[in-house]
Amino acid sequence: MNKLARDLLFPLIAVVAAFIVGGILILLVGDNPIDAYRLLLGSALSWPDGIGYTLFHATPLIFTGLAVLVGFRCGLFNIGAEGQLYIASFATAWVGITFARLNPWLLIPFCCLAAISVGAVWGAIPGVLKARFGSHEVINTIMLNFIAVALVSYFTQYHYKVPGDPILQTAPIGEGAHIAHLGKFIPGFPERIPLNLAFLLALLCCLLVYLFLWRTKWGYEIRATGSNPFAAEYGGISIRKQIILAMAVSGALAGMVGIHEVLGNRHRYYDGFSDNYGFTGIAVALLGRNHPVGVILAALLFAALQHGGIYVDGFSQHVTKDIVQVLQGVIILFVAAEGFFRWLLRRKASMERLRA
Amino acid sequence: MLELRQITKRFGNVLANDHVDIVVKPGTIHAIVGENGAGKSTAMRIAYGFYTADSGEIVVDGQVREIKSPHDAIALGIGMVHQHFMLVETMTVAENIVLGAEPGTSLALDLKSAAAQIRQLSEEFKLAVNPNEPIEHLSVGQQQRVELLKALYRHARLLILDEPTAVLTPLEVEEFFVILRRMREQGKTVIIITHKLSEVLAISDEVTVMRDGKVVGRVQTKDTNAAELARLMVGREVLLRVEKSDPKVGKPELEVRNLSVTDLFGARRVNDISFDVRSGEIVGIAGVEGNGQTELIEALAGLVDPARIDGFINFEGRDLKTLGARVRRELGIAHIPEDRHRRGLLLDFILAENSILGVHYRPPIAALIGGIFIDDNAVQRRAAEIIQNFDVRPPNAALPARALSGGNQQKLIIGREYHVDPKLLLVSQPTRGVDIGAIEFIHRQLVGLRDAGCAILLVSAELEEVTSLSDRLLIFHEGRIAGEVDPKVATLEEIGLLMTRGH
Repeated sequence: MNKLARDLLFPLIAVVAAFIVGGILILLVGDNPIDAYRLLLGSALSWPDGIGYTLFHATPLIFTGLAVLVGFRCGLFNIGAEGQLYIASFATAWVGITFARLNPWLLIPFCCLAAISVGAVWGAIPGVLKARFGSHEVINTIMLNFIAVALVSYFTQYHYKVPGDPILQTAPIGEGAHIAHLGKFIPGFPERIPLNLAFLLALLCCLLVYLFLWRTKWGYEIRATGSNPFAAEYGGISIRKQIILAMAVSGALAGMVGIHEVLGNRHRYYDGFSDNYGFTGIAVALLGRNHPVGVILAALLFAALQHGGIYVDGFSQHVTKDIVQVLQGVIILFVAAEGFFRWLLRRKASMERLRA
Repeated sequence: MLELRQITKRFGNVLANDHVDIVVKPGTIHAIVGENGAGKSTAMRIAYGFYTADSGEIVVDGQVREIKSPHDAIALGIGMVHQHFMLVETMTVAENIVLGAEPGTSLALDLKSAAAQIRQLSEEFKLAVNPNEPIEHLSVGQQQRVELLKALYRHARLLILDEPTAVLTPLEVEEFFVILRRMREQGKTVIIITHKLSEVLAISDEVTVMRDGKVVGRVQTKDTNAAELARLMVGREVLLRVEKSDPKVGKPELEVRNLSVTDLFGARRVNDISFDVRSGEIVGIAGVEGNGQTELIEALAGLVDPARIDGFINFEGRDLKTLGARVRRELGIAHIPEDRHRRGLLLDFILAENSILGVHYRPPIAALIGGIFIDDNAVQRRAAEIIQNFDVRPPNAALPARALSGGNQQKLIIGREYHVDPKLLLVSQPTRGVDIGAIEFIHRQLVGLRDAGCAILLVSAELEEVTSLSDRLLIFHEGRIAGEVDPKVATLEEIGLLMTRGH
């Protein structure tokens, strides 16, 4: 079996298994699984709305999937993408509001820079804590999630909300900071669909992450650290530096969700906008086998489920959009179980090698 | 006593045993030798019922027997001691021995009579094991004797020992051999699986040699010698003794003065030692493992926090102490680590990626776009050179390092470290777990590097290796240099005493 087939096999098994388990559940609640799936996937793949919204929903998941991937490749588990994207989104909005009158050619890069750098800093904090004090990044990223969410809620509520607005959101950013919907460039694709330039940026980031990790010396050092920190140290690589660098890059990628959300979608900071993007990013990275191409595919799948779920909710008898949660859950379960299957296979193989 | 007839065993598409015939006469010590993967352990595991053969039969005491599980083997009087002990650390000797064969009724455990029985066995074979001692208080050698007792307690008449000396110090090996001879006198039969030829010659009566799953030789020990056994094992002539000329010693490259290293828990592992290594010489460090050799090499390689190091490490007149591993490599220090899986390799990385570890960040490897991007052509060239010059097999740079045998992994590491033309080479256990054929190659490479003017500091637990390669030999004991000897004239006894007593 060649490597590509092997890499595709387990994610495919996970997805198929999830659909089978989901199908049984749909049967049990009294609907026809074929109809429900046709509704789910049909609505997610319809032109232009289905595809447009699927790509739209996929955009933040690509960013967070990449963020988690970079952490994983360094042996780090970044559960903090959620906090990183929140604080970065707020910072993006802050720049877009504060410098609203700036020329768009300056304002947009400035906003992007805010998203990237604030995400990077928020990601680097647990990196520094781990490198300096050895405290575990899982604990620290989780705690920083709470801090980030609370912090931005506070600033939104007490400092940046439009007085009298019943919704917890900031004032809108300057028009100059808006980035275009793709409908503007694609004939026949309606501009009302919020799919925007950030999607292309996400694809570009996949390429950049690939080049960074597999073609540069820094990527080599990050991957070496993730693969075997003792060997990396032996090879003259500073593990501490790699931990901080990987967490910063990871945070920057998560922070880019702010570009999509604030500049491309709502044009303001809207409290609680993230539909668990940071956490779904973990599943995306896992299902995507920690490879940028896999992340794109996994993000598309999860986004299609998310978008199709709305239609299942509206048009089927018994099944609700919770079926999407079930499918996602089972996929994650099977992807996680892959480790178990591989362990079984390895054990079988090593038993056979015990002939020496 | 035991006879394997035409035993064949296949694992997937690997033929582990190919019509193997082994005859073990009662009351003898029978050695089964062969390189890693030759099928020795498979054959013995079949005899012990761990595996069942695809075809062939097992004859015990003249009768064809079916051995389907270790249980069957024990019932027939066959016992096996594994390379890795299977003992519960917190339990006593007696408790460990009766584990799985508990005496008394199913409700009451009769440990007292078991302990008495064990004491009697221990005296009979002069094993000097106290049945009431917890395992964790015992040395490795004593634990091995507990394993022997375990088999004897189950009335084993035939003992199969898998690489029993791998974990023992030279002195413990001597004691162990005395025990084996005593067992033979008492009428027991012993099968010893090993790849150390000196031990085969010292202890066995008969030898069966295996190669590639087949039996390639059966000889009486008194009629053979190491060279013949090595030739049978490898399939070609092997130079066992390292051939080297007198060293052309130059200036001191490495000067260590009053060096102390503490471990993470604050214990002193290296204690106030001083020595030099000059260009063109191999300085060996012999000693029982765990006497500070690891810490010394890691401290010299820049892998120990400078805060844990005291004293001076001068390399070409420069103090190394606060310099990191990368700078030391740039100065011309290469390092072949003792644990190639933990330190030396990125097992999941392909050979090409492993071949650049340590030089990955600078030209000619990182050469594209301002020295940020790695030049894949340069990587492939380097990997191809290393694979060719050091005969790494299979010669495929796209394979993960994990896919290689231990010997080939080691050749890859050595090739990588040689490629930088080091001025000082730190090398630990260069041939651990490596086949005889590759050992010969690695030894020749070390001597070649020495003759090219490199200063080499060699640590090895294999006394023969360290004495035959070194030009000067330091003996380590509890973090100190217990003595320096001339390896050409010093006897193994003399070195062994320094190693264990420290004076």
